[in-house]
Formats: sequence, C-alpha cells, structure tokens
Amino acid sequence: HTHLNYKLGLTLQNRTSEALTPAAAARDEFQEELVIRPLHSGDIYASFQFRTLWDTDFLQEGQKVSHYRLFPKSLGQVLSKFSVRELHISFTQGFWRTMQWGQPFIPSPPGAELWVWFHDTVSDVDGNWKELTNVLSGIFCASLNFIDLTNTVQPSASFKPLGLGNATDHRFLRYATLPREIVCTENLTPWKKLLPCGSKAGLAVLLKSEKLFHSSFHSQAVHIRPVCQDEQCTSKAWELRQTLNVVFDLYTAGQGKKEWSLFKMFSRTLTEACPLATSSKVYVDITDNPELSPATPLLSQAVVLGDRRTYSVFDLTRAETFGQLRSLNLLLRWKGDGEMLRPLLHAERYVAGFGLQTGEIHTVIYNNHPYRAFPVLLMDSVPWYLQLYIHTLTVTSKSRDNKPSYIHYQPAKDRHRPHLLEMLIQLPPHSMTEVTVQFERALLKWTEYTPDPNHGFYVGSSVVSALVPSMVAMNTNFTQDQPLFSSFVPVKEESSYFVRVYTEPLLVNLPTPDFSMPYNVICLTCTVVAVGYGSFYNLLTRTFQVDEPSLPLAKRLANLIRRIRGVPLLT
Amino acid sequence: RGLLTRLNTPICIVCYLAAIVWFMGLAFEPFTLRTDMSENAMGSTMVLLRGASAVPRQGVRSSQKTGAVSTWLVKAMQSRGLEVFTQSFSRKLPFPDENKERYMVRGTNVYGILRAPRAPRTEALVISAPCSPGDSNNQAVGLLLALAQYFRNQVYWAKDIIFLVNEHDLMGTQAWLEAYHHTNITGMEYSPLQGRGGSIQAALSLELSSDVITSLDLILDGLNGQLPNLDLANLFYAFCQKLGVLCTIQGKLQRNDWDTAEGYTHAAQTMMLMVLKQACGRSWGDHGLFLRYHIEAASVRGINSFRHYKTDAATIGRLLEGMVRKLNNLLERLHQSYFFYLLPSLSRFVSIGCYMPAFGLLVVILLLRALDLWVHLGAPALAAVEGVTEAQQPSGPAVLTVLTPVVISHLTGVALYLLPVHLQEMAVEHFPVSETEAVVLTAVAIYTTGLALPHNTQRLLSGEGTEQGWKVLKLTALLYLAVLLGCTALINFSLGFVLAVTLVPITASMTPHMPKALSALVMVLLSPAFTILYCVFIYQELIEAPVSVSEGWMLFLSVISQGILDHALYGSLVYPLLALFIYPCWLMFWNILFWS
Repeated sequence: HTHLNYKLGLTLQNRTSEALTPAAAARDEFQEELVIRPLHSGDIYASFQFRTLWDTDFLQEGQKVSHYRLFPKSLGQVLSKFSVRELHISFTQGFWRTMQWGQPFIPSPPGAELWVWFHDTVSDVDGNWKELTNVLSGIFCASLNFIDLTNTVQPSASFKPLGLGNATDHRFLRYATLPREIVCTENLTPWKKLLPCGSKAGLAVLLKSEKLFHSSFHSQAVHIRPVCQDEQCTSKAWELRQTLNVVFDLYTAGQGKKEWSLFKMFSRTLTEACPLATSSKVYVDITDNPELSPATPLLSQAVVLGDRRTYSVFDLTRAETFGQLRSLNLLLRWKGDGEMLRPLLHAERYVAGFGLQTGEIHTVIYNNHPYRAFPVLLMDSVPWYLQLYIHTLTVTSKSRDNKPSYIHYQPAKDRHRPHLLEMLIQLPPHSMTEVTVQFERALLKWTEYTPDPNHGFYVGSSVVSALVPSMVAMNTNFTQDQPLFSSFVPVKEESSYFVRVYTEPLLVNLPTPDFSMPYNVICLTCTVVAVGYGSFYNLLTRTFQVDEPSLPLAKRLANLIRRIRGVPLLT
Repeated sequence: RGLLTRLNTPICIVCYLAAIVWFMGLAFEPFTLRTDMSENAMGSTMVLLRGASAVPRQGVRSSQKTGAVSTWLVKAMQSRGLEVFTQSFSRKLPFPDENKERYMVRGTNVYGILRAPRAPRTEALVISAPCSPGDSNNQAVGLLLALAQYFRNQVYWAKDIIFLVNEHDLMGTQAWLEAYHHTNITGMEYSPLQGRGGSIQAALSLELSSDVITSLDLILDGLNGQLPNLDLANLFYAFCQKLGVLCTIQGKLQRNDWDTAEGYTHAAQTMMLMVLKQACGRSWGDHGLFLRYHIEAASVRGINSFRHYKTDAATIGRLLEGMVRKLNNLLERLHQSYFFYLLPSLSRFVSIGCYMPAFGLLVVILLLRALDLWVHLGAPALAAVEGVTEAQQPSGPAVLTVLTPVVISHLTGVALYLLPVHLQEMAVEHFPVSETEAVVLTAVAIYTTGLALPHNTQRLLSGEGTEQGWKVLKLTALLYLAVLLGCTALINFSLGFVLAVTLVPITASMTPHMPKALSALVMVLLSPAFTILYCVFIYQELIEAPVSVSEGWMLFLSVISQGILDHALYGSLVYPLLALFIYPCWLMFWNILFWS
C-alpha cells in the first residue's frame, strides 16, 4: 500500500513540477509519415519517417538533461556523454537498384554505415569514437564494435554536417562502413523501441518483421542533428529522424499483377494515428495515375529529387480517413508501362583482372543528363590489405583523360588505417566516366584471416555525392500550369538537388593459405605423440618381472594327486 | 654413388616399368578413393526440389528460323523479370577454322541477371547455354529460360544468378568473360558489359542437343588441363543418384564389377580418356574458360544414346535446380575438395598424391642418367687436376659446342611457333592449298626441316664434336627436359605424363655410338609430333570410333590447326609449350645422335 502511495506521489510530483516550471520541460513534438511509391519496374517502395523534435540542447555547459518525454533517453544520454554534434547511422540489407527504381529518398550503402560529427570541444576524438561505436552496437544489437581505426576514415569533403553549425574541420568527423553487416529482426526491434509509441500504435504497427524482411530491399536509419527552433534561429533544437525504407517485390509476391494493398504489403491495416503524434500522414505517389482506393480529395504537389510528383494525402489524425470500417487499407492498382525517367546520376563498381596477385578497381559513373555537365565528389575508402598503386589512378570520360580538380588522398598504413581517396570530377554531359586504380593483394598474417577466408574480403561502397541539375528545370512544358512570370529563370531550389549514390561493395579474394594444412599437421603430431610417445613412456616406466610359466594341465593334475598322496610336488 | 652408376641402367628400366604399372594401377578400384562431398554447405542441407516445367521449346525453334535470336531472347528474358543486357563481339581468326567453318566471327551474347533479394551484388552464379545459328542447342536455351522463370519466383536466392546465352560457343564465352573481368588476353573486340553481379562463384554450362535425353555427361576438363573443384563433380553425381538420372563421365557409364577384367579395362579406358583430353589442353566445353578466373565450372551435356531409359526435361530441370540451390548455399568459394585429380569413374577418384609418383618415377630416370653423366664427366676432371694445362683447354670450346646446338634448336622452335601463321599468305600464293592447310603443312614442314639441322650445326662448328662435348650437351638436355616436364606436370599432369612416357626412354638412352639408322627411326617415331599422332589414334579407339590411317592423318592435321587456333583464341599454352620448349629439347637429343 505504501509502495502504491509512493508511486502516486511521485507521478503527482512530476506533474506539478512540469506545470510549475514550464521552462524546464522543453517543448517536444513527434511526427510520423509514410510515403508509398509504385515503381516502374513493378515493385513498390514504402518509406517511413518518424521525426522527433525537442527544443533543448544536450551539449550546453552545466545543464544536465534528465527528464525525457518523447526523445529516447538512451540516445539522448549517448549524445551528451560523447559530445556528439551529429549522428547518422544506417543498416541496410540489399542494394538500391538505381537504374530500375530511380533515386531513393534517403540513400544508404549495403551493410552498416555510421558517420558522426563530434563537438569541437572534444579532445580525444578517437577515444570517443571507439566508445561510441561500442555503445551504439549495444543499443542497436549490431556488430558496430567491429569499427576500429582500420576501417574509419575522415572524409574531407564528402560528408558535411546536415544540421546547424558550420563545422568544416574534418578532424571531428568519423566515417565508417561495415559492408558485411547483416540486418535482421534483432536490429529492427531496438530501432522500433526508440519510437514514442513503439510498435503499438500509429504507422509503426505496419512494421512487422515477417513482411519487412520478405522484400527486395530493406534499410533502416537514425539521423540526429541540431536544427533551429524558430525562424530567427536564436536557440537550438534537436531533431531525431528515424527512417525505414523497404521495396517489395511484385513478381515473387504478386504473381505478376501490379496490384497492391497495405494489407498485402504489411499484413496489417491502419486503424489509428500514434496518439502522441502531432501529425500522422500517408502519402501515395499518384503521378503515374494508379488506381487508388479509397480516393482522397487531399492532394499535394512537391518537387522531389528534381522531379515534380503528385501525392494523395491521408491524414490519420482525422477520424473520417478510416471510414466506416474504422480501418484504412489502401488499394493500389497500376499499369506502370510508361518509361521511367532515367536517373541522371548512376554509379557502379567492379574488380577487374584475374589471379590473386594484382587487380584493378573500376568505378564507372554515368551522367545521363542530355546537355548539362556537373561535378561529383567521389569518395573511396579501401582497406589496407588492398595496396593501391595510386600512380595508376586514371580518370577517363569519353575516352579522354579527365583531370580531377581536387584530389585528397590519404595512404593506408598496414594494420592501422585504410586508404582514403576523394576526388572532385567534372562529368561531361551524357557520358560515362571511368575511374581505375590498380592494387596488389597483401598477404595477411595467418591470424588475420577471417574464419571464412575463401569467401573473400569486403571493400565498402564508394560514395558519389553531387548536386544534380533538376529534371524540372529541364522540362519546359510545365509553364502551362504555372504563371509565365514565375518560370523564366529557374528557381534555385528547383534547379538542382543533392544526391548521394552508393556503389556496390566489392568482394575480393586474397591469397589464402590452405588452412586444412595446420589442421593436418596438428592431427599428425597428435597421432605421433599419442602412439609414439605413449608407447615409449609405457616402456620406460613399466617394471618388468620374469613371468613364471604356468604348469601344463597334466602336471597340475599330477600335483593335485601328489598333494593328496603327500609326495613332493613337480615343478 | 658407386651403386647408382653401376646399376644405373637396370634401375632406370625398373623405374620406367614401375611408372607404367603404377599408372595403370591407378584405375584399379581398390587403389582409388571414393568421392564424397567435402563442402559442408552443400552436404546434408535439405533442398526440396519442385522443378521447372513448361519448357518453351517451340518459341526457340520458331524464332531461330527467323534469325533474330538475340532480340527474341532479350524479350523472353525481360518478360521473365530479369535485368537483360547484350554484348556484341567480333574476332578475325588468324586463319579459317575448317572444323567449325568460321573466319570472321561476329556475334551477340545475351544475358539476364536475376537479382537476389536483399543481397548486395557481391556474389553471382552463372548458368550458360551456347546458342549458335541453327538449332543445335535450343533445348538448353529453352531449359535455361524455364529455369529463369522458375527461379525468379523463389525468394531464397543469396547470390545473383546470371543466365548467359552465348553465341559462337567458346568465343562468346571468352568475349563475355574478358569483358566481365575487363581483361584482354587474346585480342578479341567486344563491347563493355553494362550489368554485373559481383564476383562469380561457380558456373554451369548446358548443352542439350536433342529432345530425347537418355543420360547426362559431365565435362570437367578445361583450358590448359585445369579442372574445377572435385566437389562440383560430387554435387552432380549426388543429384544424379538422387533423381535416378543416368550419368556418365567421358561418355562412359559406371560399372560395378571392378574385380573383373572388363570392369578394370572400362575404368582404365575412362581414365585414359580423361588423361588424353586433359593433355591436349583445350577447353572441352564452355565451362573451360571460366576456370582461368578462379570460377569453378562444369558443362552438363545431354546424350541421346538410343537406350530405352529416358529422362524428361523436368527431371533435368530439377537436377539443375538442385545444383544451383546448393551452390547458392555456399558460404565460401569451393575449396574444400581436390583441384588435381583423375576420375576412373564418377564415384571414384585418384588424387594428386596417388598419381604423382608415376610421373616422379619417370623423371627420376632423367635425373639418374644426368647423375651418371656427371660422375663420368667428373672422372676426367679429377684426372685433370694432375695435368692442369690439358684439362683447361677444352672447357672453352665445350661451352660453345653446347651453346650452339641449344641456340639453334630453340631458334627452330621459334620458327615453328611463329612462321606457320605468318607465312600462310605466301604459302597460299605459291601452293594450291587453303589457308588452314597452308598453316598446318608449314608447321609440319618446319618440323621436318628441323631434323636436318644437326648436320648443319656440325658444319658450323670449327672442330669435331668431342666425347666430352656430347656428354655436356646431354647432361644439359637431360636436366632441361627434367625441369620442363616437372613444371608441365605440376600444371597439367596428363600432358607431362604423356610426354614423359614417350620422351624419357629415347632421351635416357641416346648416345652418338648407337646404330644411326635404327636409332634415328626410333627417335622420330617417339618424337612429339608422333606422340600427338598416337594420341589421336588411341583417343579414336577409346571413344569407340576407330579410324583408318588416312583418316587418322587428316585428324592429326586438324588437331594441329585446332591447337594453333586454341592458342590464338583462348590462350591455350600447349602449342607454344611444344613448339618453344619440348621440340627444341628433343632436337638437342637428335643433335647428340648425329654427334660426329
């Protein structure tokens, strides 16, 4: 009884303190959103975003934040403990097929990717980074603890902070990828736990692992960054964006029909918004005029990734969205026979050559824009056991040498640091640019091989970042919809957009010794020891005695009779 | 030392006989090992086979009549949900290939990639089917498309699967592989590939020429005698057993009566066929070119031998499905089992440890003879310590006497390697022969001309050949041959062994003091060219298609032209090895015979 009283008192106290000191309880809000986009290949792309905004500053001196409402406490503590200014982490299973699917809303490389900007007051960045990766690996149940100095780089230009602040000193940036990381339910569960409603209500009810992992592509991410509280930007707020992108395969699940419903995708329907959310919306891309039911009068137009798209909007905070059945099951049927807009920027990578001594990494970047050239920033991080011959680096476009205007190269140190290569390359219009560099495969020490050395060793994706000229600016037909006075000079925001394209990771075989050999040697040695030494030891330690030969049966019988008769026995 | 020099000849004879007996004993079943799956990932895992049905044969046939195969294939693959790409290639052969009737080759490869869900494009498997104009392999293409359709609807793929339909059989494969790995070893012209699937782990090639399949033949021998990992053969055998499909290797069924004479002969024949095929160093199926890139590959060929037993297409589909699924399960590249082996049957194999002694015994003869010569050469040298001035004098010319024949025979070898292809135009102008005949006959002519050289060599030299001179030359030649054969056998055991069997007896026994005419005849009969001729006859005998002498001669000529073409087109090393090394080495011994 007292316990209950105590608990009640505590909650009351909390309530009152909140009411009494409004300054202490900073404003926070939560938004959730789902975008569904039918793709031309017949697949369907669903992108979830959950955004928590909190008007407080963890990093402020002398202020200890201990009262958490919507913002997950585990992350908040990590941010303040390690003085993190910005944190981006993604877990991806599969490869985003740019040529079939177009650009994703939030790109990510296969495996795990983590990049963090530390606050410039941090003195031991490497130490903080090491500890942070270990803590995050606990939070997300992932092998992020495999991130160490041998796969961490400090890109000088490719990863600029996305939030507030003008940090340019890349000593406070750490970037690492784990291309081998496999993402599964054990990573999804902790990710869902960070949501204010968990997976109990709102859009998160759709996140059931048995459907999410029955897809062609799955990617989940957490992005934390400081943003402005208001337009004047007098004080900082923290933004946490949790995103989850998934592409469902039409062929394997839909038997060739281009027809989808929320229930088919997630085996759930929507019944309510998350009660804690200020906004909860579902957007469906209807630019290509799919049949959508139930229909909604709410439409929204936006320029997304340089392309003008039209969306139907379903507001889950309004009761009429759910209709009579109290549940929302979107049904989508589309032809999808129109030509897809060719992605303007696209990159791929492969290993050339054969044999186990040398090889060549080829990175091919395509600019599909018919008349505009634009620069891209290419970042490559190659593990030390591929020894790059940087003098063989060539960049060719249209079979002509293309000299990069900026090169940042940090050579590897064996067993300490990977190679980092960053280049600013101008891509001519409608061209294919090939970047090649030769490498030699290092011979590892025998303890450095993974348990499956014949599988090969991974090289993380290279990253192509660019401001791509927008298709909207290229298209002149849209003047019909817009007033003429507004469309002569293209608007800046619409004239180009930022994309990051990740290439596929590489699997490279290194010269591998026959590991069954030591095993054979061990077996042989053990046999020799057991048989040879054992018998020898036996011989040495045994005491020998002359064995009295036992008498033949006839003699024993004779002795028996002699004993009875009392005469001396035979020997 | 005394023992070795005194009993040198008997020991050599015993070694030679022991080598032959050892080799023939390899086919005897109790001496061989049973094959079993070493790769854990492919071992006991359950694979439920459902099989691809509905082979669209009709489509293939009708479209091939119209000739637009590649466009039809692109559409067919696209409709099955693959990412489809094409590659065009062209190649002008060094001289017309009369067997396949081609000279200017121009073709298109079509390939479709089935992307594995949630896989990062790092690993791939290849299923290929050669498709040439005419309808020789359209069953395989049909099966390939059916498999593609079936595989596309499955969710368990962990590796991308590339379905490749290559034109002009090996040349298409070569162009595709070179483009995939961005290499150019043979001067092929091709367009770059647009889509890739990462590092290829394994490949299967399908050849089904007829509607009715009674058995499946597994072909392993690749370029330069390379073999895929034995686990690939084990996998094929395991599924054939499971599905009750008759399977053969070298076209020979397996027999169970190893203890009878027929049983042994059968196993020995199968093994001999493998040795001969491996020795000739050409790729016996499309798979052979993959091996260079460390991709384990095998060809599966459907055989119609007009037996009662028939296998339907669905069963073959299930078999391939099973194999591909097990390969899909692989966590590492195939590496657990043997890479060097001989197969007397599909269920039995001879590992490198068992067959190498047979070769070792042959090479030991060369080394023993060399040791013997060294001892004999050393004896006068010991005497020379006392008479210093005498012994020093001949050492100067000795080097020259050795060097001249070595250089001249190697120059002949270079001529044999270079001239046939380069002189073809001149030959065609002056003689009424086709280009191919010109090349082959030039090669034969240069080969025979080489035999006349020793006399000229002697005339070039100022003085008479001394006793010591030929001994030094023979010592050099013996060691040279031993190293040559040793290196060859390490890469291609069969080639090394076949050459050793014929070359070792004459080279070991050759001296200038033997009766000239008889030994010259024996030497010619055991020269590399005649070895090829014998191999042709033995091979024809073993595949139960014996030929007459004239047919054999024609086959011999075509084998030579094929050897030269294989070298030019795919980088086979047998022709340069024979022309640049083995033949000059044999010429050195020829030189010794005519040492005057």
